[in-house]
This record gives sequence, structure tokens and C-alpha cells, in this order.
Amino acid sequence: MEAVSFIQIETASALQLFLVGLIGGMVSGFIGSGGAFVLTPAMMTMDVPGIVAVASNICHKFPKALVGALKRHEYGQVDWKLGLVMGAFAEFGMFAGKQVMTGIKRAYGDVGTSLYVSVVFVIVLGIVGGFVLRDAWRLYRSERAGEDVHTHRVTRIARWVQSVHIPGTMMHFSSLGASVSVLFIAPLGFATGMLAATIAVGGFIGVPAMIYLLGAPALMASATELVIAFVMGLGGTVLYALDGVVDIRLAMIILAGSLFGIQIGAIGTTYVKDHAVKLVMGLIMVIVLFSRFFYIPGYLSQMGRIGPLDADLLARLKWLGDGTLALALAVGGLAILWALVRGMAEHRQQHEELAAVDGVED
Amino acid sequence: MNSLVKAVVYGAASLALYALLFFYADETVELARRTREGEKIWFLVPIVIAFVFSLAHGAFTSSFWDAIGFRPAGKKRRK
Repeated sequence: MEAVSFIQIETASALQLFLVGLIGGMVSGFIGSGGAFVLTPAMMTMDVPGIVAVASNICHKFPKALVGALKRHEYGQVDWKLGLVMGAFAEFGMFAGKQVMTGIKRAYGDVGTSLYVSVVFVIVLGIVGGFVLRDAWRLYRSERAGEDVHTHRVTRIARWVQSVHIPGTMMHFSSLGASVSVLFIAPLGFATGMLAATIAVGGFIGVPAMIYLLGAPALMASATELVIAFVMGLGGTVLYALDGVVDIRLAMIILAGSLFGIQIGAIGTTYVKDHAVKLVMGLIMVIVLFSRFFYIPGYLSQMGRIGPLDADLLARLKWLGDGTLALALAVGGLAILWALVRGMAEHRQQHEELAAVDGVED
Repeated sequence: MNSLVKAVVYGAASLALYALLFFYADETVELARRTREGEKIWFLVPIVIAFVFSLAHGAFTSSFWDAIGFRPAGKKRRK
């Protein structure tokens, strides 16, 4: 085992972790994942060794996901069976993802893994984020046109997935209102776990996969993702804890903030329409995607694939990347608060109108 | 138990846990070091801490928002 050291925690750094945890938790409670991609770099800027940052992040994630899942279970949004089945396959995916990372590190060093992570970020977020945003926009337009948007629409591909009957592999899931073959769930769970091991946010595949490929409503998909995150997080924490690299002090400070945040996010979902969850998710994905662009020239230069870059330019690019990442979290947090305030106002207005019609005082 | 009493009780429990962690912070660092050196049984310590803290602090944050009037839309809960 290589030498690992835990940092001294000062009041300022503890406050910083608490705040990032709070906003990260809010995003997680609302869209089912996210926040983690900012926490790991935030810890690393405080001189926490990379492996300790990753381990402590995972250790705060699994109890947070559990609390979030229990909360959203109260609102009837969680499909535990789907979450546990996908979570089991996600464990295998995480293991495979770690193997790939180790292989790349052995062949190309740390900079190789950083480049790999950035490229995966850009490809996955570009495809999935674009798709989610397009869908949110369509839903929003239908809603403005007065069409019925309350009925959850199952995509054509999800209808096909639900229609395929493979004897001996079928399982019924309440969130889908249909039976689906485990053979479809397995690769989706595997990919979620593999992405989680690579960029720490498996939900960027898991949630859209449940919505668009399996046919789950967005609110249920984001709630069920919390179960998957719990299963993956617990498995990951056991592995890292066995290596003695979990700094429980760091993990619990982040947890202190994120449990406040996750409740705001979870309560927020009860006030908003499906399109708002999709819009926030798509926005965060696309901004994170842009943040990775700024790091890629530096990695390519270090690997000797392009000519050496000026140190000043590299520092500026890194600053832009870090800033954009922070912007993603800030935009996510503000978008959730905005959706929440609007949703609460609409809810109150409807409530008052109903009370007026019924002639009943509340 | 109304939500304000709940928030105070769970809040006190959560605060007590964080105070314990603060006072025994060096011991947790030491146990992690011993895990790295081969005493693998100590891996359970961070996991148990994470579970206990999340239950107490999760109950606190939930009743805290409830106590200040920030509640989910609609009172009907699906089972």
C-alpha cells in the first residue's frame, strides 16, 4: 500500500466542504445523482490525496443516497426492485470500470486516466445531455400549448423493450407498469456502474436509461437512481475502507451539509413537473461537458500528443475548467430553487382556487 | 411528537454525534492507518459511523425542514 496521509481540517475548509455538500445534496435529491463530480475535485484542491478524496466521497454518498431514497419512498416515487436489480449489475460495472482505469494508468500514467475521464465525460454528457434537454424542451412546449403532459409518455424504444418476452428472464417492475427482461436491465446497470467508477456520477447513464429505454417516469427514475447509488456506494466504501483510505471526518462533514440539501431536492420534486427535472439535469450535464474541454489540451500536451503549452496558458485553462464546474453546481442549485419557488406558488394558487370553488376555507 | 420537538431531539442527537467525532477525530485517523497496516477489522468503523450519522442527521434534517414549514406538495402519500 502506497503512503497515504490525511489532511488537517481547518474551520474554513470544513465550512467549504459543508457548503459544497449542501448544494451537491440538493442536486442529488432533485435529479437522483450529481454533486459528486464537484466534491472530489474540491477535496483535491484542499490537498486531499486523490484516492482519499474518491474514497471519502463514496463513503458520504451511500448513506446520503439511502436517506434520499427513504424520503422519496414516502412520496411513492421509488421502485426498490428495479433499483436493487440495477444496483447489483452496477457493482459488476464498477469493478470493470476500475480495471479499465488501472489498465490505462499502467500504460499511460495519471495523465492518461485524466484524459480518458474527460473524453468519457464529453461523449456521454454530449449525447445524453442533448437528448434530455431536447425532451425537456418538447415537454415544456406541449405544456404551454395546453396539451396533456401529465400522462407519462413511454418512448418508442421503451415500448419495444417492454414488448420483448424472453422466457425465464422476465421481471415485473411497478415503476414501468410492465415486465422487462433482466437481459435488458443487466447492460444498463453495468454501464451505470462503469460510468460511476470512471466519473463518479453513474446517474448520468442510469436515470436517462430508465426513462428512455425502460419507460419509467422521470420522477421515479431519479428516485430509483438513489437506490442504485446506495448499493454501488456501499460496495465501493467497503472496498476503499478495507484499504484504509476512507477519511471519515471529511465524509461526515460533507454529509452534514448534503443531508440538508437532499431533503430540499426531494421535497422540490413534489412541486415541479417532469420537464423541470429533465431541464435541470440536461443543463448540469451540458455545463459539466464544457468544463472538461478546458482540461483536454493540457493532458494532450503532457502526453506529448501536441506541442508543449505555455504554463500561464495551462493555468488559465485549468482555472476556466474549475470555474465552469463550479458554475454547473451553482446553476443546478439555483435552477432547483427557482423551480421549487415557482412550483410552490402554483400549488398555492391552485389550492386557493379550489378552496374558492368549493367555498371551503382552508 | 410534533415536528419541532422531533427536530430538537434529533438535532441534539446529531450534534452529540458530531461532537464525539470532533473529539475522537485523531483516533479515526489512527484506525485507518492500522487498517492499512493489516488490521482489516477496523474497516467496519467508518461504515458504522456513516450509517449511524446518516440515520440521526437524516432524521434531524427531515424534521428541521418540516418544523420550519417546508413540506412536500399534497398531503396524500402513495403506498
